[in-house]
Amino acid sequence: MIRFENVAKSFRKSRVLDAINLEIGAAERVALIGSNGAGKTTLIRCLLGEYAFEGKVTINGRDPRQERTAVLGTIGFVPQLPPPLKMPVAQLIDFSAALCGTDPANIHELARRLGLDLDPILTRPFVKLSGGMKQKLLIAIALGREAKVLIMDEPAANLDPEARKIFFELLAERQDDSTMLISSHRLNEVSALVNRVIEMDLGKVVLDDRVADDVSLSGQFACRIAIKRNEAAFLKAMQTWNFRDTGNGLEWVGVVPGPDRLRFMGMTSRYVALISDFSLAEAEGAGVGAGETVN
Amino acid sequence: MKQLWLTAKLDIVESLRARWFQVYSLVFGGIVALLFLFGLTESRVLGFIGLSRLLVTYIQLTMAILPIFVLITTVRSVAGDREAGVYEYLLSLPVSLAAWFWGKILGRYLVIFLPVFAAMLLAVAIALVRGIEVPWAMFGYYTALLAVMCACFLGLGMLISALARSTDMAQGAAFVVWLTLLLFLDLILLGVMIQGKVSPELAVSMALANPLQVFRTAALALFDPQLIVLGPSAYVILDMFGATGYKIFALVYPTLLGVAAATLGYQLFKRGDLP
Repeated sequence: MIRFENVAKSFRKSRVLDAINLEIGAAERVALIGSNGAGKTTLIRCLLGEYAFEGKVTINGRDPRQERTAVLGTIGFVPQLPPPLKMPVAQLIDFSAALCGTDPANIHELARRLGLDLDPILTRPFVKLSGGMKQKLLIAIALGREAKVLIMDEPAANLDPEARKIFFELLAERQDDSTMLISSHRLNEVSALVNRVIEMDLGKVVLDDRVADDVSLSGQFACRIAIKRNEAAFLKAMQTWNFRDTGNGLEWVGVVPGPDRLRFMGMTSRYVALISDFSLAEAEGAGVGAGETVN
Repeated sequence: MKQLWLTAKLDIVESLRARWFQVYSLVFGGIVALLFLFGLTESRVLGFIGLSRLLVTYIQLTMAILPIFVLITTVRSVAGDREAGVYEYLLSLPVSLAAWFWGKILGRYLVIFLPVFAAMLLAVAIALVRGIEVPWAMFGYYTALLAVMCACFLGLGMLISALARSTDMAQGAAFVVWLTLLLFLDLILLGVMIQGKVSPELAVSMALANPLQVFRTAALALFDPQLIVLGPSAYVILDMFGATGYKIFALVYPTLLGVAAATLGYQLFKRGDLP
């Protein structure tokens, strides 16, 4: 599907990518991790045909630089930093949809599922939207077409828990027929989304590992938390995750999306001294809604 | 073709929302309004009166402002967009590099030429309302000259944008290009020639190669067909081209220069790093 052969890239005297050899198969979900300057963004830009480099990159045997329109037509890309586009939201959607040969209605529908109602903001310049709105729109544009490869740079960083849950569901719908490359500084942000981890450092691949893939992207966990006393910060955190108060602020129940469970536990770890009881169990079937408990 | 037009439309919308465009339109519309306001159509210079007097002044002012305005705004927005990550995102969409580059040029060309042309139309409209005679031949040639000037400096601006890797560097380079063209206008060349540092043939060739000087001479030629103000170099120019020949040269050469610069810019753009 995606092949990097001896890919090297230098900026002046600095070698940013050094003989990268990788093969990513169809429907693989890869986390591309590494610290700042590891070469993740450069690798992505080579894959998108945006950089000139030594070596060879192909997607389904095609060169993204030489056959731009054919190759990029199959790629959905979400950048880490939204571009400062002054154009109105409607024009960005129409422009992307026209180039990708897709129906703008698909993008509207996906944005709506992510909790972004586009109608009131269609005439607003993209750059004036909030960080979360921009992220949702860029995700909707990337997923609103027949993309065989999804390249996402910290895609869920600006999303609220509810939008993250929907985002994971959207990825789950694509997991059988799309290859995903998700870049992040931290593994715990993306680990639950992927089945392979590639770590980069100083322009080289230092780790290439398969990871356990027991919980599906659409899986959910029922959670119950009891605390010793009321705490305003904890209450706010529980509300952010859409948990329901079932005991005068001392007992909370809710549902955590499977891919977000590490992040959720990271959040609860901040209140470990406050928590008297904690249960997290995989919810069976789709009938478990927010606020229900599983025994 | 669809991708080219989509990119052009995108650039037009981005430009219309940019502050530079508002200033740019105000400057040229303002020049015409001020020239009418100060009664320039009633004054007489070298036998020119009415709208032709106003157009002569307008094109002289435009020649002073438009090149640096086009160069700076083009490199600022193109190099600035690249630096801000706009290219990283928009060029991840399936658009061909040719459609992207030439579409940007097309959109930007319309955005920089139309306000200048609209100011010319405004002058004509005011003249018609006031019952002032409109010199249509002069209007036509000046419009063509402005169209060519926009193409020439837009092409140079796109070449600089393709070469420079940062907005600061692009702005600096644009300023140096403009300053160099300004330094080699006829007056400076004459000074150098008088000092005997360059041969007259070289000085005239340099003047003819300088698009700023070409525009200046062509504009002068309309109200001074013998180019008396240019002194002896007028003989060379008129002997080489003739009056009509020079008018054609003043339209063809800068166009070719702009297109050549843009083509070179495109070659560099498609071979190098895009964002």
